Amino acid sequence: MGVVHHLPTRRELLAGSGALFAWSQMPRIARAEGRDPRLLVIVLRGALDGLGAVAPVGDPDWISLRGDRALVLDGKPPALPLDAFFALNPAMPNLHRLYKGGKAAIVHAVATPYRERSHFDGQDVLESGFTRPGATASGWLNRALLAMEGGGRVDPRGSRALGIGSVTPLVVRGSAPVMTWVPQRLLPASEDTQSRLLDLYQHTDPKLATVLQARMKLASLMGAPGSGEAMSDDPTLAPPGIARVRAYFTEAAGTAARYLAKPDGPRVGAMGFVGWDTHIAEGAASGQLYNLLGALDGAFAAIESNMGEAWGETVVAVVTEFGRTARINGTQGTDHGTGTVAFLIGGGLAGGRVIADWPGLKPAQLFEDRDLKPTTDLRAVLKGLLRDHLRVEEKVLAELVFPGSADVRPMGGLVG
Amino acid sequence: MSNSAKAEAVLALHRFGMGPRPGSIAAIGSDPRGALIAELDRPLMLNAAASLPTSAKAFRTVADANARRTARAKQAQQQRAKKPQMASAGTGDQAAASPQGYAQEKDAAEMAAKQAADAVPDPGRPIYLQEAKLRTEAALAAEIGFAERLVWFWSNHFCISANKIQSMSGAYEREAVRANALGRFVDLLQAVEGHPAMLFYLDNLESMGANSIAGINRNRGLNENIAREIMELHTLGVRTGYTQDDVISFANVMTGWTLVPPGADPQHGGEFTFNPRLHEPGGQNVLGKRYEQEDVEQGRAVLRDLAAHPAAATHVATKLARHFVADEPSPALVEQMTTTFRDTDGDLKQVAIAMVSSDDAWRAPPAKLKRPSEWVVGMVRATGITQVDPVLYTGGQQLLGEPLWRPSAPKGYPDDEASWIDGVGRRLDVANNFAERISGMADPQVIIEDVFASEIAAEVKQAVGRAESRQQALALLFMSADFQRR
Repeated sequence: MGVVHHLPTRRELLAGSGALFAWSQMPRIARAEGRDPRLLVIVLRGALDGLGAVAPVGDPDWISLRGDRALVLDGKPPALPLDAFFALNPAMPNLHRLYKGGKAAIVHAVATPYRERSHFDGQDVLESGFTRPGATASGWLNRALLAMEGGGRVDPRGSRALGIGSVTPLVVRGSAPVMTWVPQRLLPASEDTQSRLLDLYQHTDPKLATVLQARMKLASLMGAPGSGEAMSDDPTLAPPGIARVRAYFTEAAGTAARYLAKPDGPRVGAMGFVGWDTHIAEGAASGQLYNLLGALDGAFAAIESNMGEAWGETVVAVVTEFGRTARINGTQGTDHGTGTVAFLIGGGLAGGRVIADWPGLKPAQLFEDRDLKPTTDLRAVLKGLLRDHLRVEEKVLAELVFPGSADVRPMGGLVG
Repeated sequence: MSNSAKAEAVLALHRFGMGPRPGSIAAIGSDPRGALIAELDRPLMLNAAASLPTSAKAFRTVADANARRTARAKQAQQQRAKKPQMASAGTGDQAAASPQGYAQEKDAAEMAAKQAADAVPDPGRPIYLQEAKLRTEAALAAEIGFAERLVWFWSNHFCISANKIQSMSGAYEREAVRANALGRFVDLLQAVEGHPAMLFYLDNLESMGANSIAGINRNRGLNENIAREIMELHTLGVRTGYTQDDVISFANVMTGWTLVPPGADPQHGGEFTFNPRLHEPGGQNVLGKRYEQEDVEQGRAVLRDLAAHPAAATHVATKLARHFVADEPSPALVEQMTTTFRDTDGDLKQVAIAMVSSDDAWRAPPAKLKRPSEWVVGMVRATGITQVDPVLYTGGQQLLGEPLWRPSAPKGYPDDEASWIDGVGRRLDVANNFAERISGMADPQVIIEDVFASEIAAEVKQAVGRAESRQQALALLFMSADFQRR
């Protein structure tokens, strides 16, 4: 073979030589502790309405804020009680079950450091881990992996990241290698064609070579060259009805889980779901938001079942670039806001609680008299997960993963 | 033709056009730059579009079908309500009252309604497919395709999404974008922002001023979406100094920009109208200037000023240079285009001419990764095929992550390598499939001559020559860096 800078190593050629090899893929620190943690990050693009997802039904100002659009415990359908104060959108029975079993937690009134209202800048801050947009082309999850490699704490192969979708999320882009998977319907090119193309790229275009190589590696993990799971629904191109959205969420999240569950698969992954920009006719109790949250709930179920035994060592963090305005706008939707929720699920989680320093909903308590005021820095949550779940050092988190975040202390006790 | 003239012709076709067709390198070889500029003087109208409905007509057609769907669904739901509640009988009232039981009941009723509604075919999709076919065949027919590429660029800059408004997506591009893509920026801006498809897409139809007649009566109000996206994406660019207050004021200015309800008027339903009952009365301050105009003129005045704002010139010139030339275009090139924009009051043809007249636009190495749409149409052009099956074509675009007129956000599809390179593995599936279908008629060696005039890496020639089959040779050729980068 020609010049291969990045992927196939001697170890890779050994792939498939059995359980002993799989053991050597595990993060070293985890091996010492008998752990093999997984982290999946799901980015909800478009800014999730946290109040429409997890309602503060115990807040005296809740009903007056949202009027007949407020989720309530005796609504139709009724919101699902979480504790004495918060209730979950009724579209999410799986999340409710996980929460009751201590395998889900919700962080409320949370936000990144971003305080403006551009989706694109907000996503950039959320995914880059920097405090301002456009600062870097890499994501915090990718840099966390690099940091782990550098410290020798995790095997480089096990630390490879997985990106789902035709556009890899920024949060996993960067110098650490990323494998990508896109839902697939066409017959794949033969292994021979792929090898020849790879050889051609290695002589003419190293960047393209790296991408193709990652795809071939991923395909071999799934057992068949170039094949993913075919989508089961009809490949028409009609506007996506909610059934198609559900199918896509389930397939994408379920596939991510299957890769992460494999002994020699990646240990962290990221994916994005679009559609949360509910400017008009939001429909928290029945409608657009309700349907999307239901699809997300279906994705949670797919992750849980496809993780198999690895579920016990899994944490899934579901985050969004910012929240939405506290009040309903003139067209029964919500505009771009600030504070929102983050969902955490997984068998590795110390859940069963809503984590919130509740700011209140009176006009003076809102951020700029518009938005739920953020009282928890999302970076504290993410740093807590990275420190306690993946065992990234706190100093590294403050300097490299979330630069300039030394004063944002990692949130403790999130994982069991 | 000298080798360097050939090389410039190849670059002209790949970088600024839709990719070479058989014969096109020779046709422009004597003066590639002149040929690009000359193409801008040919009309951009699509003759075949005469057979397609206007956006308003398309919208009315879909609204009619939707009305019939709703009526049928209602009828089915009523019929179902008369039957005994089979679903809850087995599980008991308690279960039916639980969230899950409730959801089951709801699902069953919704299913019945949906089945009844689906019996009425959706006219939006066939219209979308006809539009897609027309647009794609225009790109295949163009000699170079520079003017078409500009239409594609502006359509993406001022994108709407067919996920929201399938029936109007093609007509929107023809009526608002194509008609103005080589005119003045201000006219293009007025046309797109006043088009019903854009007003629908950016949620402005029902936005109303708090003090408007309708706002007072209905206790509803403002939607900020269109105001924000016009400033952030369409004109000034993000972080160029406008504030949340500017967004709100501008949103007030835009209240009343809506369309004629399709059911209300069989002649004009779906057309743009200004509804004074929705409009916030009085003057507004936007970017430090007071706008006291009445009704629709207020919005037109703000749009005029946004189009003439220096930040808009920089924003547009940068995006154009990034799209055509390089992810990081040379500052000199951007500056030259920006200056032309300002000196000509936003004459978009002159800005395009300034770009291809600059040596910087030709000096950048061919590192730009083609977008899926450019790559696919280039592949088809290379074979000399002039007609497409719109179902297959749009399906291919969807698989590659750039479905036609369906970006996931108002920002449109990105232009940088990082956004597309991970989809290259997926391109192999499409290339392989396409190669399989054309391998009976296309000769890879002939295509190398037609498309590159032999200006292609020796390694590609070798790989194509050594391929195990014609299909594999074609797939390797279309997947080569020479074919994917420009």
